[in-house]
Amino acid sequence: MYVAVKGGERAIDNAHALLAEERRGDPAVPELSVAQIREQMTLAVNRVMAEGSLYDPDLAALAIKQARGDLIEAIFLIRAYRTTLPRLGHSNPVDTGAMAAVRRVSATYKDLPGGQVLGPTFDYTHRLIDFALAAEGEAPRAPQAEPLGPVPRVTGFLDREGLIEAEPDSDATPRDLTREPMELPADRALRLQALTRGDEGFILSLAYSSQRGYGRTHPFVGELRIGEVAVEMEIPELGFAVEIGEITVTECETVNQFTGSKTKAPQFTRGYGLVFGQSERKAISMSLVDRALRWEELGEDNTGAPVQDAEFVLMHADNIQATGFLEHIKLPHYVDFQSELELVRRLRAGAQEAAE
Amino acid sequence: MSDYNFAYLDEQTKRMIRRAILKGVAVPGYQVPFASREMPMPYGWGTGGVQVTAACLTPDDTLKVIDQGADDTTNAVSIRKFFERTAGVATSTHTAEATIIQTRHRIPEAALSDGQILVYQVPIPEPLRFLEPRETETRRMHALEDYGLMHVKLYEDIARNGAIATSYAYPVKVEGRYIMDPSPIPKFDNPKLSNTPALQLFGAGREQRIYAIPPFTQIVSLDFEDYPFEASKAPHACDLCADDTTYLDEVITDDHGGRMFVCSDTDHCETRRDAGYRGRLAPQEDAA
Amino acid sequence: MSATPLLTVDGIGKSYGARIGCADVSFDLWPGEVMGIVGESGSGKSTLLGCLAGHLTPDTGHVIFDTTADGPRDVLAMSEPERRMLARTDWAFVHQNPRDGLRMGVSAGGNVGERLMAVGARHYGQIRDQATEWLGRVEINADRIDDKPRQFSGGMQQRLQIARNLVTGPRLVFMDEPTGGLDVSVQARLLDLLRGLVRRMGLSAVIVTHDLAVVRLLADRLVVMKDGRIVEQGLTDQVLDDPQHPYTQLLVSSVLQV
Repeated sequence: MYVAVKGGERAIDNAHALLAEERRGDPAVPELSVAQIREQMTLAVNRVMAEGSLYDPDLAALAIKQARGDLIEAIFLIRAYRTTLPRLGHSNPVDTGAMAAVRRVSATYKDLPGGQVLGPTFDYTHRLIDFALAAEGEAPRAPQAEPLGPVPRVTGFLDREGLIEAEPDSDATPRDLTREPMELPADRALRLQALTRGDEGFILSLAYSSQRGYGRTHPFVGELRIGEVAVEMEIPELGFAVEIGEITVTECETVNQFTGSKTKAPQFTRGYGLVFGQSERKAISMSLVDRALRWEELGEDNTGAPVQDAEFVLMHADNIQATGFLEHIKLPHYVDFQSELELVRRLRAGAQEAAE
Repeated sequence: MSDYNFAYLDEQTKRMIRRAILKGVAVPGYQVPFASREMPMPYGWGTGGVQVTAACLTPDDTLKVIDQGADDTTNAVSIRKFFERTAGVATSTHTAEATIIQTRHRIPEAALSDGQILVYQVPIPEPLRFLEPRETETRRMHALEDYGLMHVKLYEDIARNGAIATSYAYPVKVEGRYIMDPSPIPKFDNPKLSNTPALQLFGAGREQRIYAIPPFTQIVSLDFEDYPFEASKAPHACDLCADDTTYLDEVITDDHGGRMFVCSDTDHCETRRDAGYRGRLAPQEDAA
Repeated sequence: MSATPLLTVDGIGKSYGARIGCADVSFDLWPGEVMGIVGESGSGKSTLLGCLAGHLTPDTGHVIFDTTADGPRDVLAMSEPERRMLARTDWAFVHQNPRDGLRMGVSAGGNVGERLMAVGARHYGQIRDQATEWLGRVEINADRIDDKPRQFSGGMQQRLQIARNLVTGPRLVFMDEPTGGLDVSVQARLLDLLRGLVRRMGLSAVIVTHDLAVVRLLADRLVVMKDGRIVEQGLTDQVLDDPQHPYTQLLVSSVLQV
């Protein structure tokens, strides 16, 4: 005999208990510490910080632990936590030109002032499973070099010759996507914000589609740099900016297909990517998508490619929005389904009557 | 939960949401963009409603949360618990006792009264979305009152099925101006939207929109003169409380086609049974 | 004829950067009159039509339309809602490609009914009756009313687009190469149909085409365009039989030799 469904509350409590148990796994295996995740799963931590829009390696590591390694779930935890933080002010723009780079490469020049610095990269590793890592051992040591001081920008060389479009300085305060709703058409600052916290896989696939001809922009990686930059904040009581910390960021500037007209000499154009942490796949993808989205201001044709469609890109880049809405179809829809059921029955009855 | 502000959101965020609500109340049926925040529950699970509720709650409020009309469905339980923890407000399952009711997919059966706020969770706020996917274009259509396409859809329904084949999220016109999606409530509930003393607020978190129906606003469900809107329901009475005026859930009771119909509004059904009403399949032993 | 032109085009010009789309275009269109605009591709005739119909914003000039409600008004100075209202009541626009003028995913009846519903029709039976009647007028069988345009041939799609445009009884129809892209035999039938409708309804129309056979059959007067400017205008027979401007002479001779 049916009596109205009860016990949702107890079911939820039990499910949570089971989740906690599964998270821990076999108790005979030592538990991961947050510090271990922070130090040894750094790139996962970086992704969670980037897409969570919150620079806090410890918190990101904890979120990864709590989410059982599901990075989108961890990003979600960070975003929800971020919501509760009061906004005390905003920093000055970071100066990536003054970056202490650990990695800095250019695909457009063989050598350049400051040099090519490979840094910690997978690029030239052979992708062979290293069974030695399965055994515990001493931490390997890399040879030490003098830390790299500030190095000039590749786009700066091009700019001096007028070979690349000028990027005018602006003191205008950009709109803040985390404080204001997305509004279309979105200017470039807003688009870049959406891209930098957008889903890495989505941005990657869009960039890839542009490389394959859907909104092609012929990009070169002018420069990719990774390193620490100082975050400075203007303190009104002091009247000057003070450094409040350092963060690691990845910056990518692409040099793209030139534009020009009868009256204007051809110039290279730019795509830009800037992401928290060492996140170079994301930064490069972002710079390609940024450039492709600029088709209108640069007088290019709209070929109908997805990556040229700002509304399509911006409205679907956020994985927290996407995953929530996708997964909500697991929730009960009894009422809607019931009304569909009634309707189909009535229509079928009508059709049957008409047939008789 | 002293780590979090009252009702989770910080005061500035609440103020921002309240401004959007006020604008929505001032322009009934107009979708006001607002800077929706990430909440600790996923998008699509009621984040819009939760933010609207959080912005409206005061410590003296009594909150009721329903999903599919019921107080004890998992999502309703989870949201109610969230506010018990973060706001410490009183909660109730009785419609009449609540000052704020957050709902997903239903309007309570009991008539709402002056001073109550009904907060709807909205997945897709744009009634024109499935006719025109572009936000830039739908906003223009609303601005210019360019609604011919909406009726084309209804026309096509009748041409194909002999009836308007929209059974929930049935579009309405608000006070003769904006076309609005009433959220996925069954069309049975549509008449209750109109001319009610309560304030109705709609929150869409992922889509970053808030809209409102102020008290005593005229809401008309779209239709044709010769195919008038009909608030339909299953042609049965509740098998537990015998009410034949309420919206019913169909419950499969065995695998031989046995089924029963029960009120989707659990509070309404329980209140009726406490008053001694007995349906066809109500347990007899606890009959009064 | 009435004392007020239905449409007064006064000094319309539009440039794309240094390139001239059209310049200094002026003419009057009187009620019941069909104006043909001819010229080769790139002559500016489509830019002009776009400026007149409100799809493009001209850089200079005025477009005065004698509205039913308020008499002559400058269309370019109207607000967007007013212009949209005009576009679905007094005006109609027939695109060269029926895909641009039809909703391909909506039934033929829905396509014809949309304009009726956009101006407030709310009786399904009456909307359907009017749609059926209009399908008949454009020689589409009533039993195709619930089919979608993509199941129609090109000629049928174009006739459906015409029905969809004329159902609300517009006073001015803009047509952009209405027979372009159709087979010759299909063209002839469509032209015949258009001529019948225009005469019977007393429609005023502006027809842009590069096909002189179309204007010979439909237009009372002609405007000949070259490099964005009008080089000659006059009565259709007069311009085609006794062209004055060398360009018109070339245009006419190249066609008549075919």
